Amino acid sequence: MLTVEGLELYYGDAKALDGVSVAVEDGEIVAIVGANGAGKSSLIRAIAGIETPAAGTVRFDGEDITGWPSYRVCDRGIGQVAEGRQIFPNMTVRENLEMGAVIPRGRARCDETVEDVFAMFPRLREREGQAAGTLSGGEQQMLAIGRCLMGQPKLIMFDEPSLGLAPALVAEVFETIRTLNAAGTTVILVEQNVAMSLRMARHAYVLENGRIVLSGLAEDLLDDDGVRQAYLGL
Amino acid sequence: MTWDTVASILIGGALTGLVYSLMALGLSVIFGVIRVVNFAHGEMMTLAMFAGVFLFTGGGLDPILSLPIVAGTLFILGYALQRRLVEPFIARPEHEQFILLLAVAILLVNGLLLAFGPDARSVTVDYAFDSFELGPIFIDKVKAYAAGVGVLVAAGLLMFFRYTRTGKAIRACSDNLMGAQVVGLNIRRLYALTFGLGVACVGAAGCLLSLLVDVTPMLGPELTLLAFVIVIIGGLGSMMGALLGGIVVGLSEALAGLLIVPSMKSMFSFGLLILILAFRPQGLFGKRT
Ligand SMILES: Nc1ncnc2c1ncn2[C@@H]1O[C@H](COP(=O)(O)OP(=O)(O)OP(=O)(O)O)[C@@H](O)[C@H]1O
Ligand SMILES: [Mg+2]
Repeated sequence: MLTVEGLELYYGDAKALDGVSVAVEDGEIVAIVGANGAGKSSLIRAIAGIETPAAGTVRFDGEDITGWPSYRVCDRGIGQVAEGRQIFPNMTVRENLEMGAVIPRGRARCDETVEDVFAMFPRLREREGQAAGTLSGGEQQMLAIGRCLMGQPKLIMFDEPSLGLAPALVAEVFETIRTLNAAGTTVILVEQNVAMSLRMARHAYVLENGRIVLSGLAEDLLDDDGVRQAYLGL
Repeated sequence: MTWDTVASILIGGALTGLVYSLMALGLSVIFGVIRVVNFAHGEMMTLAMFAGVFLFTGGGLDPILSLPIVAGTLFILGYALQRRLVEPFIARPEHEQFILLLAVAILLVNGLLLAFGPDARSVTVDYAFDSFELGPIFIDKVKAYAAGVGVLVAAGLLMFFRYTRTGKAIRACSDNLMGAQVVGLNIRRLYALTFGLGVACVGAAGCLLSLLVDVTPMLGPELTLLAFVIVIIGGLGSMMGALLGGIVVGLSEALAGLLIVPSMKSMFSFGLLILILAFRPQGLFGKRT
């Protein structure tokens, strides 16, 4: 479904991605793990068209989407729940959701999907008219996920969706991701919570200093001594 | 001087102020979303005023009726200006943006000078000297109409931002630019629309002001400063602030004319600006940062 090959990304002179290749199959969950500053978010933003890669290709559903602007990438069906949630704090919960459906792909089913999202996260319905900036961290994460669903994505990239959440909410977020995946959505998952994400994923990639240093079946990586030492603290 | 006269003059000032409000609203909308200060704002206003004058003298169109034409044309100009000229400067240092828009301003002033010369021009509609009488108070018809239409245009703009999909998307860009990219908003298009709308406000305001004030090409810089004063008094980036700031400045100009001499009116506005900056630096409606 998604094939990234030899992706390179620079911030000024600093290289953030150095020949990254990743393949994601239809319907699977792929985990991407790595230390702080390894380049995980950069990879997501480069796929999303928010950063422009200097070299390499991104193919989605057989189409070369390298260097496309983010509005076109989103409209092809690649959604994301971004690092730091990136909600619109001064807009209402409902307006935030509506913004997820501005891309042509989301427009037709906007109202129905708002209902689906409210059914999934009833607390959002209670706060429908409230400014999103006044929500709790967990509610903001629900909103970020709901807003992403508004665009009818085929592939969702989650960037540290459990960061800063209480354990009960972390479980809820992972459960939501599982449910979405079971319903047919392909998932790329970047997580601090390496053990949990490796247990959910089929394939996994380890990113270090902008390079993929290890990849394979997630269950194999869970057993890998290097991974266990570096990321699981075992 | 009687209290009736004072009241008439103050009401007239507030009504003129509402036209200023519409001009300042344009500046505020552009800055609030794109974070670019339109240093050619007043010069664009004079362009619109000249358009109002010539559609009146040449085509017999009341500026209130030519307003949609002028505002529409300036919208297109603003859209193109953002797309072609300002957009590449968005990520560049502020002084470079300043020089770019200053260049636009200078081109406009001199273009108008070349085309029309330095003489003052005016619009004299057939109701120019009529007034409404509310008991002992007289209100100029032109001022009442100009203010009324100005309020309608401003209300339309506020509704656009509150209720339409595109209007909300523009607010989303100013609220969280990264978030806007994340959900796939077309930011370059929305910025161009915003600049177009801001300049269209000026177009509308210019038409209305041509009913009240004589226009010369040299009026531009003065109006740019006036728009800044209003926006700073009202609070940078706040739409309600721009509306209120315009009324405050209109009132202060009227008071200046009443108490001292009319030519001292800008001294009054600037005095007010300094007072507000000293005691409420974020402006009347601005948020403290
Ligand atoms: N907008 C930016 N401008 C300049 N440098 C950046 C920018 N974003 C990231 N970087 C740098 O690029 C490198 C990769 O950052 P990135 O945010 O992709 O890492 P990450 O793996 O997501 O880290 P984290 O776990 O902290 O989120 C880091 O060295 C970071 O400092
Ligand atoms: Mg990151």
